[in-house]
Amino acid sequence: MAKAYLSIENVGVTFAKGAVRSEVLTGIDLKIEKGEFVSIIGHSGCGKSTLLNVVAGLTPVTTGAVILDKQEVNAPGPDRAVVFQNHSLLPWLSVRENVALAVDKVFGGTKSGAERRDWTLHNLELVKMTHALDKRPSEISGGMKQRVGIARALAMEPKVLLLDEPFGALDALTRAHLQDSVMEIHAALRNTVLMITHDVDEATLLSDRIVMMTNGPRACVGQVMDVPLARPRDRLAVAEHPTYVHARAAVIEFLYARRAA
Amino acid sequence: MTYPKPSFNAAIPVIPVASPPAKPPLLPELGRHAKACVSVGAPPVLTLLVLLVAWQALVGDSYAGLPSPKQVWLESKDLILHPFYDNGGVDKGLFWHVFTSLKRVGIGFSISAVCGVLLGVFVGSNRWAHRGLDPIFQVLRTVPPLAWLPISLAAFHQANPSALFVIFITAIWPIIINTAVGVRNIPSDYVNVARVLRLSPVEYFFKILLPATTPYIFTGLRIGIGMSWLAIVASEMLLGGVGIGFFIWDQYNASRIADIIVALAWVGMTGFFLDRLVALIGHFVSRGNAVS
Repeated sequence: MAKAYLSIENVGVTFAKGAVRSEVLTGIDLKIEKGEFVSIIGHSGCGKSTLLNVVAGLTPVTTGAVILDKQEVNAPGPDRAVVFQNHSLLPWLSVRENVALAVDKVFGGTKSGAERRDWTLHNLELVKMTHALDKRPSEISGGMKQRVGIARALAMEPKVLLLDEPFGALDALTRAHLQDSVMEIHAALRNTVLMITHDVDEATLLSDRIVMMTNGPRACVGQVMDVPLARPRDRLAVAEHPTYVHARAAVIEFLYARRAA
Repeated sequence: MTYPKPSFNAAIPVIPVASPPAKPPLLPELGRHAKACVSVGAPPVLTLLVLLVAWQALVGDSYAGLPSPKQVWLESKDLILHPFYDNGGVDKGLFWHVFTSLKRVGIGFSISAVCGVLLGVFVGSNRWAHRGLDPIFQVLRTVPPLAWLPISLAAFHQANPSALFVIFITAIWPIIINTAVGVRNIPSDYVNVARVLRLSPVEYFFKILLPATTPYIFTGLRIGIGMSWLAIVASEMLLGGVGIGFFIWDQYNASRIADIIVALAWVGMTGFFLDRLVALIGHFVSRGNAVS
């Protein structure tokens, strides 16, 4: 059997604080193909973010392994760019400099100075942020910061793009705009995306597959569901679509009805 | 450790309620600026005048102990009006005394700034260094500047290096401690960004650590420069030579209390100037992003 592009194999994470050991994740198995958009959904504190950090290499696994493109993940790296929940732009750098920091680091050896400048601009164009190149993060809105965070991640040309509740801190309208942008970018670049979310509509609209996690501690994958909706998806058109309605209902059923018992 | 920022917010410009229609349009604009200047400058000037009048009223012209403002003016007019004279030896204008002291502070403080930031980074980024050294720093920082003087004289045998050492050792603690706090408070997000980008330790130091801790470092530097100015005056009193501290001691021995009062004004204004200078540099270096 051919290996999947990104393969999470029997991953378990146990945090030890002194004598107290808490098992956060256990026996997580997940295969993600190239170009797939997969969401991980679950209640707060179930370990979704821990799983994402494991894939990013920020949190070491206790058992199991993560294999990306035939290589085991054991440290963070730009091939697994993360868009953090609270944008985490560096406040002392301008929008352009924040992206350029990543571009210069990742492509310092392979692209010329002019190419790196163009690449920085190109990625900021993708997220429609070229109007604020020289603004500092404190001078732009939350949605714009998240756009710049996405541009910074895309600019690393990652093998897999990791989104950690990227729109959680935004208002509903801004969130919808950004979701549309992410869908456009995904359609254009066909990146492999792993997104953490707690928003059922977001997961259903954006994903090819939704991974539902059980409640922690000892969280594991409860159910994986395909969302076989054709792309491009339009949020108004799919809202009434039977597949969408069915998928959405299934996620809600998993999150609320089954877990309450 | 935080430093109470003096609030220097300019008063909100007073908008004239109704400018007379006959005036040309430039004048109300000028008037508004003048009013803003007055509303900022007038209160301290008035307060100073009130204090001087109260002082004069309390002391009178009897000259039993302290001189009155009027006597200060009469006795020390030359000193006030001619800060730049130089008759050789220690007979110089106050500017030269302050300048000599400032040079000492400049050298001692620069050394402690460099050492303090480096030590602070080390203590802040290494858990065991922090556990081992922080308690010692917390004890040492409470040692008064003058208590270091005998030790430093015993070690260096000379006045000038001893004074520099006292400044160094006085200023370094707040710089170390604040830098360490800043390093320990670097948001984990910035660290994660650095890890995902695989920044080397040198890149991390210059691109993440230093900018992220700049506001903390400058808080430490501001406290440090204030304390080193306290230390220089005290240590010069004991060490002698040219310098504002020695000048005060010399005038005390000559019973010229009025000159001391003039010198105190110079000391205070210089200390204030130093504090504002470091704050200003900090503002520009952190590009106005100061968090504390």
